[in-house]
Amino acid sequence: MTRYVMVVDLRRCIGCQTCTAACKVANGTPPGVQWRRVLDLETGSYPDVRRTFVPVSCMHCGNPPCLEACPTGATFKHEDGRVGIHYDLCIGCAYCATACPYHQRFRVTRQSFAYGSEPTPEEAHKFDPARLGVSSKCTFCSDRIDLASHSGRVPGVDPEVTPACVNSCIAGALHFGDRDDPASNVSRLLEQNRHFRMHEELGTDPGVYYLYAEGDRT
Amino acid sequence: MSGAFPTRTALGRQPYWDWRAASNFMLGGSGAGVLVYAAVCGERLLGLLGAALVGGGLLCVWFEIGRPWRALNAYRHGATSWMSREATVAPLLFASALGAAWLDSPGLRWLAAALAIAYVYCQARMLNAGRGIPAWRNPRSVPLLVASGLAEGAGLGVLAGGFWGPMALPVWPMVLLTALLSARVLALWSYRRALPKMVAPGRALRELSRFGRVSGAVDVLAIAVAILATADARIAPLVTASALIAAGSGWALKYSLVIRWSYEQPFAVPVTVARGGEVAPGARPEG
Repeated sequence: MTRYVMVVDLRRCIGCQTCTAACKVANGTPPGVQWRRVLDLETGSYPDVRRTFVPVSCMHCGNPPCLEACPTGATFKHEDGRVGIHYDLCIGCAYCATACPYHQRFRVTRQSFAYGSEPTPEEAHKFDPARLGVSSKCTFCSDRIDLASHSGRVPGVDPEVTPACVNSCIAGALHFGDRDDPASNVSRLLEQNRHFRMHEELGTDPGVYYLYAEGDRT
Repeated sequence: MSGAFPTRTALGRQPYWDWRAASNFMLGGSGAGVLVYAAVCGERLLGLLGAALVGGGLLCVWFEIGRPWRALNAYRHGATSWMSREATVAPLLFASALGAAWLDSPGLRWLAAALAIAYVYCQARMLNAGRGIPAWRNPRSVPLLVASGLAEGAGLGVLAGGFWGPMALPVWPMVLLTALLSARVLALWSYRRALPKMVAPGRALRELSRFGRVSGAVDVLAIAVAILATADARIAPLVTASALIAAGSGWALKYSLVIRWSYEQPFAVPVTVARGGEVAPGARPEG
């Protein structure tokens, strides 16, 4: 089996938001919608203060609450673990958005643009009317992953079939690959580093891992 | 854990479900309660009011969804979705309520009541499956919503009986109203006790605490009035106040639950990384 996951190295992320920008360009998301973003967490008290940058997106859960909630069957799981949405089935009830504990579902009902009332050439090119009034979220750049199955290239290794955010990361903090392949990049990283997943206690089996220290597993 | 999240990572109330979604819970629960009341008290036409309320709630939701002309797709995922199940029960409920009124059939009235209980249970489970909202995923929200819906319906039933029929304050409706109001008070108390375990944002807890004190006191007052009115016919006019409280307090509760306490699950990390790779305590916003 294949289970595509993302691995985020918190020691490397510098909060530059290049992944956020790359995602917007690659997927043409409208203003206010960020399928990928980086949280800027400030903790501690003076003088012992620290900042932590935490990239977040759809966690492509193994047990997705959004899929269970969806009344239409629009939300579905690929065999390789990715969670997708059939836009033509979705009724835009946003039930999935309330079910997601990671707040990674978005719904816009009207077309809007970054600069005034007219789209930029890029926005006009990327605009997809099927995404109006329905739920949307990170797809792990599904068009690229689907290409891998036809071309024989390896997601997470070959840039053409790797999510845009991973390709763009200037710090090497984002990694993508098959967790079920013991020789994959992500399996090695998870084997060699201590890690956690966000809100694991909710039983969602999230597909995004955060590395925070060297050493065996959590 | 210490520290505060910057504004940009602080989450607020869920932005998707507004008064139209809240109306579905308010009208749907009340309508289901009216149908149960109609069966218990043998009222022929009251069931139509219940069905109309349920239909009104669904109409409100129809105006909320992003693609209303695809609404029938909501029937496609009954295997896991409580929204699909709610949609499946609704037409059966309408048919049995209409049939009961048309044929004056006690059997159909009880069938409509059973479907009404199923409907309000589906609604309660639907909200409970909203795992991104701590106030909703509290398992005690299920008995709270069911008890409230039935109490609202009993209140509306008593009111409608006063308008429509020669009901000289019969005992059974008041006993039913009193019992359901008591159940709601207990359910709200239980819900309030369980919510902190959901790691709910502090804002939701503070708002619930304020609401709970007022709502609980008002409901207890309504119970006292209902008991006294049953025992002493001279204060029968106060029954109207008791019934109004049963409905109004329930609607306020549901509006608050769907809109006001619907703070989103905060982001949280169990550890953070300090300069030099040192592992530091995690971060969870207090809200």
